[in-house]
Amino acid sequence: MLLDLRGLTKAYPGVVANDDVSFSVGAGRIHALLGENGAGKSTLVKMIYGLVRPDAGAMQFDGADYAPASPHEARRRGVAMVFQHFSLFEALDVAENVALGMEDPPKPRQLARRIREVSEAYGLPLDPARRVGTLSAGERQRVEIIRCLLQDPKLLIMDEPTSVLTPQEVDILFRTLRQLAAEGTAILYISHKLEEIRTLCDGATILRLGKVVADCTPSERSARELAELMVGETLQVPQRQPREGGAVALELRNLSLTPRSPFGTALKEISLTLKEGEILGIGGVAGNGQDELLAALSGEAPTSPAAVQLKGAPVGQLGPDARRRRGLLTAPEERLGHAAAPDMSLTENALLTAMVRERLERRGFLRWGAAKGFAEQVIDRFDVRTPGPGVAARALSGGNLQKFVIGREILQRPEVLVVNQPTWGVDASAAAAIRQALLDLADNGTAVICISQDLDELLEISDRFAALNEGRLSAPRLAQGLTVDEIGLMMGGAHDMEAVHDAGAIHAG
Amino acid sequence: MDLGGINPAILIASLMVASTPILLAALGELVVEKSGVLNLGVEGMMITGAICGFAAAVETGSPALGFAAAAVGGAAMALVFGVLTQILLSNQVATGLALTLFGLGLSALIGQGYGGVRPPGTGKLDLGPLGDLPVLGRILFSHDPMVYLSLALVAAVWAFLRYTRAGLVLRAVGESHDAAHALGYRVIAIRLAAIAFGGACAGLGGAYLSLIRVPQWTEGMTAGAGWIALAIVVFAQWRAWGVLLGAYLFGGVTVLQLNLQAAGAAIPVELLSASPYLVTILVLVIMSSDRRRAALGAPASLGRSFHASA
Repeated sequence: MLLDLRGLTKAYPGVVANDDVSFSVGAGRIHALLGENGAGKSTLVKMIYGLVRPDAGAMQFDGADYAPASPHEARRRGVAMVFQHFSLFEALDVAENVALGMEDPPKPRQLARRIREVSEAYGLPLDPARRVGTLSAGERQRVEIIRCLLQDPKLLIMDEPTSVLTPQEVDILFRTLRQLAAEGTAILYISHKLEEIRTLCDGATILRLGKVVADCTPSERSARELAELMVGETLQVPQRQPREGGAVALELRNLSLTPRSPFGTALKEISLTLKEGEILGIGGVAGNGQDELLAALSGEAPTSPAAVQLKGAPVGQLGPDARRRRGLLTAPEERLGHAAAPDMSLTENALLTAMVRERLERRGFLRWGAAKGFAEQVIDRFDVRTPGPGVAARALSGGNLQKFVIGREILQRPEVLVVNQPTWGVDASAAAAIRQALLDLADNGTAVICISQDLDELLEISDRFAALNEGRLSAPRLAQGLTVDEIGLMMGGAHDMEAVHDAGAIHAG
Repeated sequence: MDLGGINPAILIASLMVASTPILLAALGELVVEKSGVLNLGVEGMMITGAICGFAAAVETGSPALGFAAAAVGGAAMALVFGVLTQILLSNQVATGLALTLFGLGLSALIGQGYGGVRPPGTGKLDLGPLGDLPVLGRILFSHDPMVYLSLALVAAVWAFLRYTRAGLVLRAVGESHDAAHALGYRVIAIRLAAIAFGGACAGLGGAYLSLIRVPQWTEGMTAGAGWIALAIVVFAQWRAWGVLLGAYLFGGVTVLQLNLQAAGAAIPVELLSASPYLVTILVLVIMSSDRRRAALGAPASLGRSFHASA
């Protein structure tokens, strides 16, 4: 066995992140680590990568005792890691980013040549002089992977690598990983996308609340069985009913927008119509204009009046409160800091968006009682697990805060609701509850736009589907019967790299 | 060659002297901010350097030892800030402001008894025949060693940030401390080193004022130079050569307005005295008018506290 973990335990104040975890990975094997958020996957890989020290237990790597004190030591022993939240520096170029992740990088010119060589051998073309801030999410991940490959790792750890990739990019990644495994590299693959794990991995260890609950061969289990092992209960699948669209609720006409941040994406002539009771799913890889589209719809970034029309009235020039008053509500992607103020209580956070529609103020004075009542109503209706509305938003887990943030908008009876990444980083049961709530809302006649990178989610709830690609929106198509390949092409495919990959594979093989 | 009673050669030569204190302080702050720390205590570190350098030079009779003491004094002040903000996680803005007030008070305390004393003189660097060149000799080759040291430091900081691995790591820490930590770099140690360097530079800048430019000790003699240094870092968009340009621009306007005052120009004296600051504000506004470009130059983690999460 290449990597052997025995009884690893790590406790933080108030929570045991890993409790007596043991498993092993052989050379050339692709092993999955499965679990919900908070199951302890990240803590476990941080211990293997030397970022966190275990309280108890021992590791063996490549036939010798292994207790890395720092990532430098882990890298010297042959362990490389691709992080979930990219460990990249946007203002630096590709070569500099790669150099920062290596123990003793070669001279800049040699390094640039090596990056070109290795990236083409594995079909992941990269220009070493590009600034990382200008790269797409898929390209950024290539930077991380190349950084690992340049060190000839024996063990490659990948933490949720596919959450930001198009289906075509996922295919390319899997081919690269299989090629690596065939060359003898062991891969520890962390994900909660079960179908991927079933097709890619040789073995799997499932964690729940820090403990190993099962070791299995993923191809022999169904995705549903795996999910239930992860969650520890049976899953409710959202129910949808076929719907007839009503009158036009929202219309965008040639909406263009220059982004405010240096690495933002400009929106280019987006047009769409949305009917009452309809759910429009908008897919696309992160960084293709999702945040800008949400800002244009919420009123954070005003546009020309006619570009955004709510029930036939131009609202493009109005700010968020004026749009809320007319029934256009939004829930942005970033829970802490955008959708909710982290250090304010749930009552205060409820006030911040519901003030206008729920009449939580009178002549400039706040109606605290009514606000608390509204927050309690959200907590109650959406099963937000928290001691009460006085708790700071920061103290809630991601899934619970997301239920609160979405519930807060839904209870204001929106005419049009726009949500961005409603179930990002939310556990399976909370995600199902949120999707069901969106479906129920549409059944009652609200028009919903759901921006998401989770294609399964979009296909599950949307009536029509469109994709954002470099700030342009594809023509919406009926979601029913759409295949994953067709969606991938709508999302811009894999940026024309298919041919390169094939050529590279032949060259390397 | 005279222009309304102002000799351009002397003007340029004196602007280099006038700019050197701000140049040194701004260069130090540039490195600090590149590591992602905003130290608003430049003024306090400068004045501490000014009195430490002055006292040491007077007591030992050696200006070189004076400058060394100034660098140590400035770095020590900076490390107070470093320990408070990096290890005890205090707020950087408030701590920086407190450092300025503390430095002004501490320097007044140390400086009791040094008022009216003359420090030992710092000789010009003898560059042989170069100093005798017409015009150029006067402008470029007739200065004290610190002017050349400050110019060498600009080139060194530029090359360090651009070409060395340590410089790359420093920029990486300033860009995203979380990513740097995940890759195993010691964010806090690197930032403390940058803060100490910034303090040493500010101390040298202060000592240049008290030992060469003025030269004598007066309470509060930095008179806002530290704040100008902070503004110049922004003006320079966090680039070493930009700092040189900004410092010389500010120094140039200062010297020019003094000369205009002496030449009796028909502009109110108050307006002339205010002109270097007005020019600084004007240039800053113009520089930051393109918000996306300005954001591109600034280190992304600037001023954010780092705490290694579990």
